[in-house]
Amino acid sequence: MIATATVPGCWVAGYSRLERERPDAPGARWLAQLRRVGMERFSVLGIPDPHQEEWRKTNVSPIARVAFEPANGAGGNTATLAQAREQLARLAAAGIAAPALVFINGIYAAELSDLSGLPEGIEAGSLAQAASDRRDLVEAHLGTVAADLTPFTALNTAFLRDGVFVHLASTAQSATPVHLVFLTARGVHPLACHPRVLVVAEPGSRGRLVEVHAGVESLSPPAAAGGPVALFVNPVTEIVLSSGSVLDYDVVQPMAGREWRIASLGARIGPQASFSSRSICLGGPLVRNDVRAVLEAEGASCTLDGLFLVRSGEHVDNHTVIDHARPGGTSRELYKGILASGGRGVFDGKIVVRPDARKTDAMQANRNLLLADDAVMDTLPKLEILNNDVKCKHAATIGRLDETAVFYLRSRAVGVEEARRILIQAFADEVIGRLPAEPLRAPLSAAVTDLLAAGPEAGGRT
Amino acid sequence: MSEIGKTAPAAGEGPLLEVRGLRAAVGGKEILRGVDLTVRRGEVHAIMGPNGSGKSTLAQVLAGRESYEVSGGEVLYQGRDLLALSPEERAREGLFLAFQYPVEIPGVSNLYLLKAGLNAVRRHRGLQELDAVEFLALMREKVKIVAMDEALLKRAVNEGFSGGEKKRNEILQMAVLDPTLAILDETDSGLDIDALRIVSDGINALRGPRRSMVLVTHYQRLLDYVVPDRVHVLSGGRIVRSGDKDLALELERKGYSWIDESAPEELARGRV
Repeated sequence: MIATATVPGCWVAGYSRLERERPDAPGARWLAQLRRVGMERFSVLGIPDPHQEEWRKTNVSPIARVAFEPANGAGGNTATLAQAREQLARLAAAGIAAPALVFINGIYAAELSDLSGLPEGIEAGSLAQAASDRRDLVEAHLGTVAADLTPFTALNTAFLRDGVFVHLASTAQSATPVHLVFLTARGVHPLACHPRVLVVAEPGSRGRLVEVHAGVESLSPPAAAGGPVALFVNPVTEIVLSSGSVLDYDVVQPMAGREWRIASLGARIGPQASFSSRSICLGGPLVRNDVRAVLEAEGASCTLDGLFLVRSGEHVDNHTVIDHARPGGTSRELYKGILASGGRGVFDGKIVVRPDARKTDAMQANRNLLLADDAVMDTLPKLEILNNDVKCKHAATIGRLDETAVFYLRSRAVGVEEARRILIQAFADEVIGRLPAEPLRAPLSAAVTDLLAAGPEAGGRT
Repeated sequence: MSEIGKTAPAAGEGPLLEVRGLRAAVGGKEILRGVDLTVRRGEVHAIMGPNGSGKSTLAQVLAGRESYEVSGGEVLYQGRDLLALSPEERAREGLFLAFQYPVEIPGVSNLYLLKAGLNAVRRHRGLQELDAVEFLALMREKVKIVAMDEALLKRAVNEGFSGGEKKRNEILQMAVLDPTLAILDETDSGLDIDALRIVSDGINALRGPRRSMVLVTHYQRLLDYVVPDRVHVLSGGRIVRSGDKDLALELERKGYSWIDESAPEELARGRV
């Protein structure tokens, strides 16, 4: 692996420049050490190449060929802020409103955020700020959950400047969603942003967070002959659940941008704690989502659901690991994919049951709907069961729309296009319907329909 | 091709359905080998026959199932070439098929399907779509016809329904879509005696001078409840014998082997 490590010069130069700028608040200088470890790790790993098992189906080498600069938020650009406000208004219409923390290219935008209605017991704000103000908590957990998940999580750490810190005190008991809104805007030069989210849930706390990703599309400079300027988004989310805490964490892209996105999420689930997550991904030229949930204490439970949609020229790869480390854990996983003509999808779902994890109850399903002959789906369920006292099931299917069902609907006077739309919608809604935040469901369902109705789209790489 | 379906046809305008020499195959295997059938307005016909005789194929071909290739013959529905119409056009023109195996559609509620179907029919007829209130009022009235629990309306179409509930659901859909020609494919199969009575009562309630029905059935017992005007026996892909309701009783007594033995003479005398 070391022999093949590709470490583009832009990352080395960008890292050095950032460190010279001393980006941290005086109380957060300790972050420099974390970044250094991240950079060292990334220097060893490099941008993965397709020979590596975990990256066989997703070629990320285009990322290695672009000279990225670290993004720097809106940078006081009033046009960007105006565009961001317009996008936020659209999101608000889709139910994504206060309390909301807003980030532009990974940097907290206080002027766009609205923390009114933040539930009791929940503290949420800029990670850069918290690294100074809440150093004890942040330092104890940052980098302990996902830092080693992929080379890109190391890269994120190397460029860690800002993001979100959410703390749920034991008094937090509300189901009101707190929105973490990540807006991305292209720059004049290729930009890379590395937002970081750290969530720490104290014993017995309850909460609901929704991570929203949206593009500020109209900021893109007019597409030149080579297409729009590259934008690479590399978010990392780390979640620590103490005993008996319950967290819903959803990641949605209701207004998908066209950036390259490599997203990682790690969760450490404590005794009797429960983590539940849905990932809704409405396509993109190059998307990779890694999720690793470790049930690290007795009686932990975890639900991972996902839905993705790809059209021509789009590629979405979902890699999940559910690691049952201790006895009595329960996990439920349902990932679904809809692949239109020319779309490419990957599901790689690993369930590990450690020798000590007796009485584990794990179920995984991956269901994929191919809407055309030239869509390609790879599904790779993997079970590593290291003790006998477990209940473990998995199922993976790749199929076409059920023509009998289409005929049934048509025989009830429903037109053929409408019949197909209804069935595709129903397929998607099984996951969308699991979103606890009701206002999100209808706009996401509508987005699925709109995307499919829009037909094949030129899937230009950024 | 006049504006069929937009105005109520007067009785006695000619047959509602005329099937002439219909041949159909699936996967290259011919299943219907020249079916002739004439159904007039308001009539109820029963098509009986042994397993594999082509009963369900006939029902599916009439409803427009594309996996069957029509290799010969013609079908006139309200004087118009039925086979030229898509399944949804047939449904909008008043043709309804109750499926032998109603399809489960997870994620699509019964109400949603009924509303989508009904409004498609109404648009086709130049009528306004029903609003939510009008639609729900109509549903409350229609579920009574099949003594169905209203809770089933909100459930996904046929998902987790018992056999009886599925068949009742088919009759409910028929009641809502208000067809001119209903083809009921083995609607009696898999029903216990109570469910059979409920379904039969539903069918009888929907019987009328403006609606014709074709009951496809293997057994005579449905015909105890829904008395047909005509009974036909389909065997080897052809209608080999036709008669009144007594033919069904005779079949019940003698079995289908009786038809198979007598079929050649029947055919020799010309098509029934």
